[in-house]
Amino acid sequence: MNAKTRNVLLVGVGGQGTILAGRVLAEGLLSFGYDVKMSEIHGMAQRGGSVSTHVRYGTKVYSPVICRGEADVVAAFEKMEALRRLPYLSPGGRLIVNNHEIFPMPVILGEAEYPREIEKTLSAVAPGTFVVEATKTAEDLGNTKVMNMVLLGAVVKSLGLDGMDWSGTFRACVPPRTVEVNERAFAAGMNLLPG
Amino acid sequence: MKAILSGNEAVAQGAWEAGCHVAAAYPGTPGTEILENLGRFPEVYCEWSPNEKVALEVASGASIAGARALSAMKHVGLNVAADPFFTMSYIGVNGGLVIVSADDPGLSSSQNEQDNRWYAIHAKVPMLEPSDSRECLDFTRAAFDISERFDTPVLLRLTTRICHGKSVVETGERVETAVREYRRNLAKNAMLPAFAKQKHYMVEKRLDDLREYGESSPLNSAEMVDGAEIGVIASGVGYQYAREALGDGASFLKIGFSWPLPRRLIREFASKVKILWVVEENDPFLETEIRAMGIPCFGKDVLPVVDELTPAIVARAVLGKKLAQALEAELPPPNRPPLLCPGCPHRGLFFPLGKKKDVIVTGDIGCYGLGSMPPLNVGETTICMGAGFSAAIGFQKAGEKAGRNQKVFGILGDSTFFHSGITGLIDAVVNKSRGVFVIMDNRITAMTGQQENPGSGRTLSGEDTVALDIPKICEACGVRRENIHVVDPYDLKASGEAVDRAWAAEELSVIVTTRPCALLKDVQKEREGLKCSVDEERCVLCGACLNLGCPAITKRGRIVIDQAACNGCGLCVQVCPKKAIGREGEAR
Ligand code: SF4
Ligand code: SF4
Repeated sequence: MNAKTRNVLLVGVGGQGTILAGRVLAEGLLSFGYDVKMSEIHGMAQRGGSVSTHVRYGTKVYSPVICRGEADVVAAFEKMEALRRLPYLSPGGRLIVNNHEIFPMPVILGEAEYPREIEKTLSAVAPGTFVVEATKTAEDLGNTKVMNMVLLGAVVKSLGLDGMDWSGTFRACVPPRTVEVNERAFAAGMNLLPG
Repeated sequence: MKAILSGNEAVAQGAWEAGCHVAAAYPGTPGTEILENLGRFPEVYCEWSPNEKVALEVASGASIAGARALSAMKHVGLNVAADPFFTMSYIGVNGGLVIVSADDPGLSSSQNEQDNRWYAIHAKVPMLEPSDSRECLDFTRAAFDISERFDTPVLLRLTTRICHGKSVVETGERVETAVREYRRNLAKNAMLPAFAKQKHYMVEKRLDDLREYGESSPLNSAEMVDGAEIGVIASGVGYQYAREALGDGASFLKIGFSWPLPRRLIREFASKVKILWVVEENDPFLETEIRAMGIPCFGKDVLPVVDELTPAIVARAVLGKKLAQALEAELPPPNRPPLLCPGCPHRGLFFPLGKKKDVIVTGDIGCYGLGSMPPLNVGETTICMGAGFSAAIGFQKAGEKAGRNQKVFGILGDSTFFHSGITGLIDAVVNKSRGVFVIMDNRITAMTGQQENPGSGRTLSGEDTVALDIPKICEACGVRRENIHVVDPYDLKASGEAVDRAWAAEELSVIVTTRPCALLKDVQKEREGLKCSVDEERCVLCGACLNLGCPAITKRGRIVIDQAACNGCGLCVQVCPKKAIGREGEAR
């Protein structure tokens, strides 16, 4: 087991399921024998604000939060949120971006513009950027809500944890009738990333 | 068994394991989930009380009667419960009494950043500060034992990162405790001045005993590193940050039993290190005491008092380390503030209220605080629970003195009305205030994640119960029936008329809205089939619908309504001047 603590940051918009994705990840890591800490902010952020979930694992983890410049993987459930949390990515880290836009109120009201060319900007500073169609993949599976598991699949692949057995984790974390679709979304997410 | 639990879940687990019998709380982020989780155990009676004072009094009564009892609240909740808290310190306990204060450094969902550790000093009670979920469980168990052993309530102080952080814990079995025998004892339980004075001597003596106990308590622990010059004294999550930042390069004294402070232990630790740091979030609580002992140390002269710490902040302060080089893109994303949900019933009252001239709105704690954000922009103040009403009274009086032609609308929600709004209403009636009070009754305590309240007709454990009738309560408080306007906030015309009538009234008026929270499961089911969409032929892109601030409506060249988000409330249909928006489907 790698002694170095690994850091995963899941970011998005309240209601997108970042917390559940973080929970599945943490439960899986626990079952593989890691020490895990996780941290999230609820409250106001539930109402359409930007949210982030920190997951850290290793042989012994102290802080529940990730510092700027130290995330091995940042997964953005919404495109613009990738831009907001970019400073957390470690140089050389992997940035997984869901190609999906949710306009914040200043944009809806025409007071601000939704940034253009986000992908290009991100790729220029962070070569480890991968843009994926997680929302569309989930739609194709017939359930937009499992977008979070598509992204989690991509995260797990990036961490090199795709060889582990995750089936028990899904059974423990999601309602029985959604286990199957969640697992399929997870598998589809792994396939979105190249080897 | 090993499990990953949040700090809140771990406190609930610990209380259950400790044989807790009774628990009471009012929901408040970040501590809400303690009672939600404790409520899953049938062995513990759990209730949502109308406010924190009532909750702590319920727990206090249970404790005096011999049961192990717990009351949980967020930091500002302890202000509300401060009255019984201070006196319970004098009375002490029969069954163990644990009071959880969930503080919010960094203000992720609070109106101030108060450090409730000062309450331990002020009320002269012992305080425990766990630093992760495992300790939340263990310390809660220990808190009950300390409470009974020293005849004192115990303050268990958490912070947001502890409450909502998750880490690995080892769960155990419940140790059944019998409800202790109760005997009438006025000198102990009735704090009339003569008895209370005697009790104060006891309290001072107890502090001495507790201080002695803390010196050898396993809740405090030292980790000495040979050759390390730096020593760190830390508590709560501050310990984890310091440990992460300094690793084996420093010795640590971790203070879990943080009031009264173990002075000998601290002196001994300080004598063994060259440079002493105190790492704690918010106020210099430990540091003040340590300095008062004449021990020089570094702390808040370098570390920030405002906001949360992080390992990087600690490393920068203690080691002079530069912050890691962070990637930056020169493309600043616009802010993404929290919003009223699609289909939120509050929007239907805020919208006409925001259009009205000569109106001042005093707000309160809860979702309706989001009404003060653009585009609705309704609301001037947010002070504390209940102040939406009471501050309106003062605002109105001041306006009258200044000769301003304004009407003050005080706004709060159903849960807040029961919490402490009701007393403001009584004040307004009796002292003849001429304002308008609005109760946005969405039938649930929404902001904290849907907890039952006295209006929702359910108890914490899901049993059916009486649902209090808000208009009737207002009438019973002395508001005249013709001045009480009950409106459907999805009907903009009706809401607007109620606002107009209340504005023009000579006497105090009340507006009560009647639509439940759009996030309630039943509501979502019922409205599932209701959707609005835009007829592009008719739409002239005037943007009137965007001014509702409904996140389901966006403009992407044309006006688009997100069919997954829309709950068919129909407000946009009503504001569109071109009748370009239509609604389909029926509520089930
Ligand atoms: S009906 Fe209109 S205002 Fe109501 S939720 Fe749907 S889009 Fe929003
Ligand atoms: S209010 Fe009606 S006409 Fe104006 S932009 Fe909205 S849908 Fe189009």
